[in-house]
Amino acid sequence: MTRFETAFAKGPALVCFITGGDGDTASNLDALVAGGADVIELGMPFTDPMADGPAIQEANLRSLAKGTRTADIFRIAAEFRQRHPNVPLVLMGYANPMTIRGPEWFAEECAKAGVDGVICVDIPSEEDAALGPALREKGVSLIRLATPTTDAARLPKVLEGSSGFLYYVSVAGITGMQQAAQGSIEDAVAKLKAATDIPVAVGFGVRTPEQAAAIAKVADGVVVGSAFIDIVKQHGDAAPGPLQDYTASLAEAVHSAR
Amino acid sequence: MVFRRSRGKHGPSPQGVWTSAGGSAKRRIMTVQSPNSLRSYPDESGHFGQFGGRYVAETLMPLILDLEKEYRAAKLDPAFQAEFDDLLKTFVGRPSPLYPAPRITEHFRKLAPEGKGPKIYFKREDLNHTGAHKINNCIGQVLLAMRMGKTKIIAETGAGQHGVATATVAARFGLSCTIFMGAKDVERQAPNVFRMKLLGAEVVPVTSGAETLKDAMNEALRHWVANVHDTFYIIGTAAGPHPYPELVRDFQSVIGTETREQILEAEGRLPDMLVAAVGGGSNAIGMFHPFLDDADVAMVGIEAAGHGIESGQHAASLMGGRPGILHGNKTYLLQDEDGQITEAHSISAGLDYPGLGPEHSWLHEAGRVKYVPITDTEALEAFQLCCALEGIIPALESAHALAALPQLTAQLDADKLLVVNVSGRGDKDIFTVAEALGVEL
Repeated sequence: MTRFETAFAKGPALVCFITGGDGDTASNLDALVAGGADVIELGMPFTDPMADGPAIQEANLRSLAKGTRTADIFRIAAEFRQRHPNVPLVLMGYANPMTIRGPEWFAEECAKAGVDGVICVDIPSEEDAALGPALREKGVSLIRLATPTTDAARLPKVLEGSSGFLYYVSVAGITGMQQAAQGSIEDAVAKLKAATDIPVAVGFGVRTPEQAAAIAKVADGVVVGSAFIDIVKQHGDAAPGPLQDYTASLAEAVHSAR
Repeated sequence: MVFRRSRGKHGPSPQGVWTSAGGSAKRRIMTVQSPNSLRSYPDESGHFGQFGGRYVAETLMPLILDLEKEYRAAKLDPAFQAEFDDLLKTFVGRPSPLYPAPRITEHFRKLAPEGKGPKIYFKREDLNHTGAHKINNCIGQVLLAMRMGKTKIIAETGAGQHGVATATVAARFGLSCTIFMGAKDVERQAPNVFRMKLLGAEVVPVTSGAETLKDAMNEALRHWVANVHDTFYIIGTAAGPHPYPELVRDFQSVIGTETREQILEAEGRLPDMLVAAVGGGSNAIGMFHPFLDDADVAMVGIEAAGHGIESGQHAASLMGGRPGILHGNKTYLLQDEDGQITEAHSISAGLDYPGLGPEHSWLHEAGRVKYVPITDTEALEAFQLCCALEGIIPALESAHALAALPQLTAQLDADKLLVVNVSGRGDKDIFTVAEALGVEL
């Protein structure tokens, strides 16, 4: 079984996102795992994160201002893999930093660092050739996004060539803003699950254990991001403690739906 | 390519500008569309070779596909074309004149080696309503927006020219309009901010990133993602995800199509060289595209070299950048080795962007268009020269195109024809120019 399969086999999974290089990332990642995170998404900072709301935008810029390079992200990933051999690790970011040295280079680095999957916000299935084939060649999952605007006719195209899990972006919008109505999430997840066997994780705007628990009742995973970023911003180097506590509250809510 | 490097009696051209190999004037009037016409791009998937494409978030993808379908239908609809043409005529004031610039011609002929110094024409886009070529595209896109049933218009703007043009068409058709503008630009361009407000637009100052054009575009995309159901994004240049580069080019091609008719009427033959400034590149592609298959027409795109390419402070994506992916398309970008986008600099706010339209990247690599860098200082000189010799205050963007005349006219024979696209008027730039010249207003 892959790390993804193992993680999602236990029931609904908590997927946690933080931006690499913003704060003490290694310690913060350890705190997420200690708190009960099942899957880690590590954000690759980019100067122009046009799908992200203010919280993650600022995290990107804070990280870059500290001098974070692509090599640092892969180093953080590789060291995480050493410390946590079984926790699935996903890199999430934008097309340009991922493809600038060629998709083969990026896929090779992912494989070497023990990265399980990649989410690229601005490479839709139409432009799969820019990254997808290279990742699949190296056995790294390409995790695609489905959104409220992805209709039934389009869904097969989105699913083609994707693996690991499907990330359902529950609101048409940017990260960290409002949350979708529970009813619309239930309908959407039902349709997605009818179309694919890979797990469906739901994110965008999830901030409280109550929201997370409600989603975990219908989906295979719950993604939380901006709320962690806020904690990192507020607590700086002292973030691991509060991160672990907050993760634990979310994990309990998500896992109790198992 | 049937071009060769110009080898006059004065030796190879120092700038290596591609010039016409000559040929009978008669033959040039015919446009022969060869099977592998340069004018047939982008391909079905929206690519110009490796450039272009649709690098957008999944949320936007269905809308982009819808826009493409709608644009294909509009292109075939005579009523759409008729309404576009009528608005260009009655609202914009087209056709814009093709003006033979006698004193500029004479000036450069004197400076050029003997027998050199072509006849110079200006394509007067500065005489359009709102003062630049931008309005051509806005008319086309607002008609598309209404065709798609969208009631809200958004746009990004740097100096405010595209914002003013967008606010203008939104007012004309009674649509709600929101303009995203970097907070720094809002401060620097107060007159244009007020113009937009007079025209009924809401101006949103963008405080993320460097607070300039690139960040305004990011913010417009963020707003669009959250409002796709009722909102149309009027992109200001021939860039962004497919089909924008194609449709903006098509709407701007009226510039080249008119130029073609006008020069045939005035001279009985096609021009030997076209010159236009390239920021995002919409005025240039609009001028060039109708001539791309006329192998004897040389084309020169002018990039803003700011303080000089070596200084690192410039906006010359082709000369100083490399291919990458940003704002929906693959194109040449100013970036570091990790693919982080770097800040552009130009005295001309309209050229101050770290990328350019994908078709220019493709034409650059194909060698069909030659791209030349021009610095802030050179553009300022040309700005003043044009004021003094022709009684025309050009936009700083257009002044970049004019600033290439010294090098280009030195290589072209006196019996050749050169057309410069004067893409906009310079009233908006007088404060910037005054400051650069140390004049207090």
